[in-house]
Amino acid sequence: MQETSVPQAHVHAPPEGFIRKHVFSLDHKVIGKQYYGLALVAVFLGMALSWLMRLHLVWPNAKVPGLELLSKVGAPGGVMTPEYYLSLLTMHGTLMVFFVLTNAPFAAFGNYFLPIQIGAEDMAFPRFNMMSFWVTFTAFLVLITAFIIPDGPPIAGWTSYAPLSAVGKDAGPGMQFGESLWGLSIALFCIGSLLGALNFIATTLDLRAKGMTLMRMPISTWAWFITSCIALLAFAVLLPACILLVLDRHAGTSFFIPAGLVVSDRLQPHSGGSPLLWQHLFWFFGHPEVYIAILPSMGIVSHILINSMRKPLLSAKVVIYSMMSIGFLSYMVWGHHMFVSGMNPMSSLAFSFPTLTITIPATVMTLIWLGSLYGADIQINSASLFALGFISMFVSGGVSGFFLAQPSIDIYLHGTYFVVGHFHLVMGVASLFGVFAGTYFWFPKMSGRMMNDNLGKLHFLITFIGAYCIFMPFHYLGLVGNVRRYSSFVDDFMGPDLMSLHKFITISALITGAAQFIFLFNLIYSRFKGAPASDNPWNATTLEWSIPSPPPWNNFGDKHPIVYHDPYQYGVRGNKGDFVMQDSPEQSIVSGD
Amino acid sequence: MSSASTVNSHAVALPAASAPAASGVIAETSADRASRSGIWLGLFTITMSFAAFTSALFVREGTSDWGHIVLPSILYFNTFLLLCSSATIEISRRCLSGGRLIDAQKSRKGIVWLLFTLLLGIAFCVGQFMAWQQLRAEGLYLATNPNSSFFYVLTCMHVLHLVAGIAVLTYLTGRILATHRTLRRSLFDNVAIYWHFLGILWVYLFGLCLMKL
Repeated sequence: MQETSVPQAHVHAPPEGFIRKHVFSLDHKVIGKQYYGLALVAVFLGMALSWLMRLHLVWPNAKVPGLELLSKVGAPGGVMTPEYYLSLLTMHGTLMVFFVLTNAPFAAFGNYFLPIQIGAEDMAFPRFNMMSFWVTFTAFLVLITAFIIPDGPPIAGWTSYAPLSAVGKDAGPGMQFGESLWGLSIALFCIGSLLGALNFIATTLDLRAKGMTLMRMPISTWAWFITSCIALLAFAVLLPACILLVLDRHAGTSFFIPAGLVVSDRLQPHSGGSPLLWQHLFWFFGHPEVYIAILPSMGIVSHILINSMRKPLLSAKVVIYSMMSIGFLSYMVWGHHMFVSGMNPMSSLAFSFPTLTITIPATVMTLIWLGSLYGADIQINSASLFALGFISMFVSGGVSGFFLAQPSIDIYLHGTYFVVGHFHLVMGVASLFGVFAGTYFWFPKMSGRMMNDNLGKLHFLITFIGAYCIFMPFHYLGLVGNVRRYSSFVDDFMGPDLMSLHKFITISALITGAAQFIFLFNLIYSRFKGAPASDNPWNATTLEWSIPSPPPWNNFGDKHPIVYHDPYQYGVRGNKGDFVMQDSPEQSIVSGD
Repeated sequence: MSSASTVNSHAVALPAASAPAASGVIAETSADRASRSGIWLGLFTITMSFAAFTSALFVREGTSDWGHIVLPSILYFNTFLLLCSSATIEISRRCLSGGRLIDAQKSRKGIVWLLFTLLLGIAFCVGQFMAWQQLRAEGLYLATNPNSSFFYVLTCMHVLHLVAGIAVLTYLTGRILATHRTLRRSLFDNVAIYWHFLGILWVYLFGLCLMKL
């Protein structure tokens, strides 16, 4: 007999009016979509910047029509200066790491689906949630303001290494005001992320539906939960670091600027600060940030693969424990970004060991995915293709991590394209594949319409091949000593063959980037003209599929769901087919319990 | 810590339990639990930020240009004020939480102690401002040396958190006076936890600034 739970007072009243419904909304679903939209704008902007950079690398004198409108100083006559290349590099990295890889898999999908997957009506603190998005949005506006100020965007890179990031205009174009905007933007971003992470954790701990024990939560919910624990620690450290940086820049303090520093022939009026301190604080945030980007995608991909395979993973628990240990270890390895910083070599050794240890849970997870796939009759569609692609990218990008984790090899490779190839594949592309998979999978729930599967498959094919064409050659370039961060190369420095390889990469980047417009078109077209979606188009088991598509403002209506099963009851004999929903009281025959 | 009966997260709460019982005690709901998790998570985050500041201070203290400054003695008095305010908010919390209708005598007592807390909080901020003035008079500014930099940064950050606390207390006072109801237990508990935390944080920061390695 089905129990009913007690109707409780709503977290907030039904929204009324356009502003309350779509702009300053308290609804976690609207906030999730807002994050997604922001990430979408940021990713296309960041991609355009990478196009410009790739074009400049191989055709340094080519005129890009219209570029001079963006910056008269940075690109006189449409040809960018070396400094402007660095500006674009900085903005590309900052946009992608913060506003795309943190926002899309974690904040966007997490906001939309975490409360629904645990059977909650909304986040624990809807007002904080709204604030979290709008603070993040403000951070985005502050950052891109750097494009329109005369000074231009900063040239310090997304890591903003001190002391050059701290001394002001002597450090080059963009370093007077642009870098200050960067610092302010990231500080705001930290506040937004902290509010979001706090909300995720409190919601997961306290607002689960009846019967939703921790181990009955879907793997994606686990991933968002673990990620928010990481984010709470990481952004709480980056925020003070940004405050100290801004004080060094504007209040004359010397936290990061050493004594006797001469920049642009000028002795800097600072003393005694430690540039290494910035690197320690930054990477204490920066390395966990890598897992903030990748863990949600791991969760999303597991969630989708199980549905496509129609059977549970070999062990969902081990995947969850692996994600936890990755999160835990992520705080002991930040020094592996600093092997070439002049840090004590003994510390390098101490950071190298836990870094190599991280490969154990990562390998365990990969083996579980592959072992579960073995012999599985997987349904091929856009979502499952991107989920499979994620595993491919994660493995290909992760393998080069073995090399970089060892100081003796990293010292040689650190300043080369090998590192660029490594982190783009494992953190950037893999994480984005998780976002694509999540989009194709959850779009029907979010909009009530299906996305076009053929366009999705075409998008996958070009993106998958394209990503390998772009990022695999980077490893080779790095091994033969091609340094990164340079704005252009000449043949006698490069050797005759490398320039043609760079051209190949640029052309691949243009094609792969263009393929993303297929995705954008699919997204917009399907939103209005896609085939109507049923409540549960994938015959999935978790709670988000037990409610209408798109869900009403209070998710489950007036009734709170009751959970009877583990999240992934596939391959069983249920009333509706080979699956049993989590909130269905029926017994599952051949249960996986 | 609270005498309210806790409802197991998975047990079905009886409808009667969510309405004020005769004793005036309201059962804890999941929203109460969430807000308590929220406050502890918030405190954890703030602790982590100050841990980052502390590690930066230790690194900086190891360098040659660290000039030890003599801290203004008013800081001892300020510490006393803030610790007193922890006591007053505790007395006030015991009178004013539970979500009951106002019991005239008890509530007057509670509101008076709440106002005392506010006053002590504001006095602490003024005291900190006077400490800054005194340092300025000695020619010790934010950028003078790393020790003064850290002193200003740490005290400013602490005062900012305290100002947020004062704003919340002011809002709560207004609400009690307007609705003639005491505050929900979880709400006042959380504010009190935050306020106690700021006291502990200040004692820690003060000790950190006094410490000479």
